[in-house]
Amino acid sequence: MAVNIGLKLFKHELTPAEVVKKSREDRFLAREIIDGIFTDFVELHGDRLSGDDMSVIGGIAALNGKPVTVIAIDKGVDIQDKLSKRNGSPEPWGYRKAQRLMQQANKFHRPIVTFINTPGAFPGKTAEAQGQGEAIAKSILDSMKLTVPMIAIIYGEGGSGGALALATSDQVWMFQNATYSILSPEGFASILWKDSKRADEAAGVMGITAKDLLEKGVIEYIIPESRNHPRVFNLIRQRLDDEFTQLNALTPAELLKQRRARFRAF
Amino acid sequence: MDLYDNQKSTVKIIRDASVNDRIPDGLFLACPYCGVQMYNKQLGPFRVCAHCGYGFRLQAQERVDLLTQSFEEMDADMTMAHPDFPGYADKLARAKSQTGLGESVLTGVATIENEKVALGVMDSYFMMGSLGSMTGEKITRLFEYATDKKLPVVLFTASGGARMQEGINSLMQMAKVSAAVAAHQEAGLLYLVVLTDPTTGGVTASFAMQGDITLAEPHALVGFAGARVIESTIHEKLPKDFQRVETLLENGFVDQIVPRPELSAVIAKLVKLHRVSEV
Repeated sequence: MAVNIGLKLFKHELTPAEVVKKSREDRFLAREIIDGIFTDFVELHGDRLSGDDMSVIGGIAALNGKPVTVIAIDKGVDIQDKLSKRNGSPEPWGYRKAQRLMQQANKFHRPIVTFINTPGAFPGKTAEAQGQGEAIAKSILDSMKLTVPMIAIIYGEGGSGGALALATSDQVWMFQNATYSILSPEGFASILWKDSKRADEAAGVMGITAKDLLEKGVIEYIIPESRNHPRVFNLIRQRLDDEFTQLNALTPAELLKQRRARFRAF
Repeated sequence: MDLYDNQKSTVKIIRDASVNDRIPDGLFLACPYCGVQMYNKQLGPFRVCAHCGYGFRLQAQERVDLLTQSFEEMDADMTMAHPDFPGYADKLARAKSQTGLGESVLTGVATIENEKVALGVMDSYFMMGSLGSMTGEKITRLFEYATDKKLPVVLFTASGGARMQEGINSLMQMAKVSAAVAAHQEAGLLYLVVLTDPTTGGVTASFAMQGDITLAEPHALVGFAGARVIESTIHEKLPKDFQRVETLLENGFVDQIVPRPELSAVIAKLVKLHRVSEV
C-alpha cells in the first residue's frame, strides 16, 4: 500500500459497517477541504440552463500557485444547510454545472479535481423530470473526452452513479474512512434480501471500503485520515501537485487513451 | 323495496372446475400499460397492444427476428468469471436456461431494411436486463467493433439498472461503455438508442442517454430512480405516466416515439441519412 509519509494508515481495523457509519459523519467539510488545500478559490455558480445547485460547489483555485478547477459535492454544515443540499444529493443542474466547469477547464487547460461525498444523485420529482439520468450520463461521457488531467477524491460517501458522474477520471483516491459502492448497504440489503435491517451484513459483502477498492484497482490511493486536518490537506496538496505534473507530461491523446484504458479493465 | 328483497335468484352459477384445464394459459392477456384484456392473437406479430399501442416486452431474439433481415451474433460463446456472491451463480444459470442467452444483451451485426448496423438488444427477461460485467463487456465490444468497421450502432435498451451481485464492477461498466461510446462518437459515427420498456437506473444514467438520436417505444417506462424511491423521498404520489416516454418526450429527452411496427423503417431511414461515404 502506498503510504509515503509518516502517518499511520489504520490504528485499528474498522469493520466495513463501522466504516459506513464513519463515512457519513461530517469528518471533513467541502469548504474546509477547498480552503485547506487551495488558495485564491473563486466560486462560480450556475449551469447556464436551469439553475444553480448549491450541493455542488464549483470554481477555480490555485494549487501550489497553479490554476485548477475544483468541483466538490457539499452535504452542508447545519440542518438548514443540509436540507437545502439534500444531504449532498445533487440535482441534474448540479451535474450540469459541473459539466460546464469541466468544459471550461478543458478550454483553459486546467486540471480538474473533484471532491465527492454523496449518498447518490437526488431521487426527486423535478430531478427526474429534468433528466437526472441524462445529466449523469453526459457527465460520464464528457469526462471521457476531456483532455486535461482529472483526479477524483471521495472524502465521505461515494454513492453510485451520483458519485461516478464526478469520478470518471484519471485517478480516484479515497479517504481512509470513505466508501464507494453501487448502492447504499441499506438499499442493497433491501433489494437482495428484502430486509434493509441487514445493512451491516451487506456492508461486509459489498466490498465498500477504500481498502477493498484499492485491491480491486477501482481506486489508486488511500488518503490517511487524521484529526490534524492541515496535515491531511498538506498531503493531498503535495500529491495532487505531483500527479498533475506527471499527467501533464502526457499528450492529450495519451491521456485519453490511459483514462479510457483505466475503465476498460473492468 | 320489495321489488328487490323478494327476488331471490333460483339460478345458481356453478363454477366449472375444469375450465382452467381446457383454456390454455396465456390465451388472454391484459396490457400492462392500459389494462385492457385481449386475445393473445390480437397482439399480432409485433406483440403490440391493440388498444394503446404499448409494445409487450420481447426477448432479445424475438426482437432481432422482427427487426432484421440478417443477424450474425457476436461473442455468442463468451464467458467471464463472475464474482462469487451467495446465490448469484444459481440465478445466472436460471436466467441462461430461461432465455437461452449467455448474458442480458444480444449483440451482432445486422441488416435492417438493407442497412448494415452493429446491433445490441438488451433482454429484460435475463435478470431484468441488469448491467453485469459481461453485459458491459459485450456492449463495449460492439462499439469497438463498430468503430473499427465504421458502422453505426443501434442499441435497444431494457434494464432494471445495475446488477447488485456484481457490486462496484457493475458501476464501472457505466464508465467502460461510455469510453467506447466516446471513441465511436469521435469517429463521426451514428449511435442510435431505442428506449424500450423498462429502461432504468445505471443504464439510463449512462449509455441509454448518450445516443446521437434517441427513439422510444410507446409507453415505455424510462427513468433514473425507481418510482417508489422517489415517492418515499418526496412524500407524495407521482402522477400517472411520470416516467413514461411520452413525458420524457415532453421534457425534451426523446427525439421521437415510434410504434414498434414502424421501427425498422425509421431506423433504416436514419442510418441511411448518416451513411459514411464509402472509401
